[in-house]
Amino acid sequence: MPAESGSNRRPETGAFFQRDRTWHPPALTPNYKTSVLRSPQKALLAFDNTMSEIAGPVFGHAMLGELDADLIHNFARPGESAIGERIIVHGRVLDERGVGVPGALLEFWQANAGGRYRHKKDSYLAPLDPNFGGCGRAITGEDGGYAFRTVKPGPYPWPNGPNDWRPSHIHFSVFGHGFAQRLITQMYFEGDPLIWRCPIARGIPDKAAIETLIAALDMQATIPFDARAYKFDIVLRGRRSSLFENRLEGN
Amino acid sequence: MAQSLDRLRESPSQTAGPYVHIGLTPNFCGIGDVYPNDLGAAMVNDKTRGERIGLRIRVLDGTGTPLKDALVEIWQADANGLYNSPAELRGTADPNFIGWGRCPTDMDTGLCTFDTIKPGRVPFSDGRLMAPHITLWIVARGINLGLHTRLYFSDEEEANGQDPILARIEHRVRVPTLIAERKGDIYVFDVHLQGEKETVFFDS
Repeated sequence: MPAESGSNRRPETGAFFQRDRTWHPPALTPNYKTSVLRSPQKALLAFDNTMSEIAGPVFGHAMLGELDADLIHNFARPGESAIGERIIVHGRVLDERGVGVPGALLEFWQANAGGRYRHKKDSYLAPLDPNFGGCGRAITGEDGGYAFRTVKPGPYPWPNGPNDWRPSHIHFSVFGHGFAQRLITQMYFEGDPLIWRCPIARGIPDKAAIETLIAALDMQATIPFDARAYKFDIVLRGRRSSLFENRLEGN
Repeated sequence: MAQSLDRLRESPSQTAGPYVHIGLTPNFCGIGDVYPNDLGAAMVNDKTRGERIGLRIRVLDGTGTPLKDALVEIWQADANGLYNSPAELRGTADPNFIGWGRCPTDMDTGLCTFDTIKPGRVPFSDGRLMAPHITLWIVARGINLGLHTRLYFSDEEEANGQDPILARIEHRVRVPTLIAERKGDIYVFDVHLQGEKETVFFDS
């Protein structure tokens, strides 16, 4: 399939770098109780990427609606807006080589300013906001950049320990160029003391790895008298160059 | 000290959580009007080439209970074994088939269904043909890093016997965990997250 129109970039077809599974949370994190019965226990089957992992679907900008990257307005009644601290979340999707990933589909979802999700399974006391749905999406530009507008989600209690609270967070789902880059993660907010008490965040063994999920307050990207900004970069698996592979492409 | 390689590290994964539907299938969970439809809900149209098949997939936890809050994505080649992707240099895939689908497990039954086509065979890196297969990616509350596996087809015994990935499974009793059972036009596939029948998951 040709690359998106207007681009004459040669598609990359190299295999992806091995995933460093010690950097990710292990499948079994007993302090996050739901993982106990949902974690595979046998060894994974390891193999170098085949075409099935190297290839991935493409999502074009044409599928985006005008308000997809504006959670303040995309569920709101005309002339109204969601309640909460107005923020902009922006950053880049990069791969492990430090190269921007253009055309990456990002889908994000979150609780409202009071910490309540618009979902029938969420029964937290905090009220729904009639003007807030909680989902949005964006496709990265040529440099891997993206931005969206939302309200800062509230922390909320969840049934794990008797008194566990999730830190404020936004869920991100990311498609890169190959299906092996598929990733879901969560963005946290700088300065939130709940991050270090959270069994889900703390499932990541390395403190430095957790810190890569904490968005920084970015006053330079703030819109005065409108919204503060947080910067959140996402890194996907890098890929090997196919220049020195001992077989030519496509055979 | 040697020079720095200046590489970044992949962002660590976090669970999709119980409310994954809000972000990935909002129409399914009652958030209409934001997107016209849920992405990946329809995989084929009238012009798509290939044999129509249905997949009925369940994801079961360590007690054998189906997950009712999981989300499954599938990724597959077209009927000729070509991927609809810029990385596909062997030819042009069927323009009426994206090859990617997404389905949440039903909140009551745990069933997740796809209407798709039987994929063609795709070459392994050494040129041998792999058996027809569909890549699965599973996320849910309690799953810290998306699980990657494949669905192969019970009526492709000969191709399965030559498949280089299936051949790498050391404990042969585990091979059937990757093979969906054909029942008419439907393939039935249970993913076991744990236990004796634990599905073979991949690190690739």
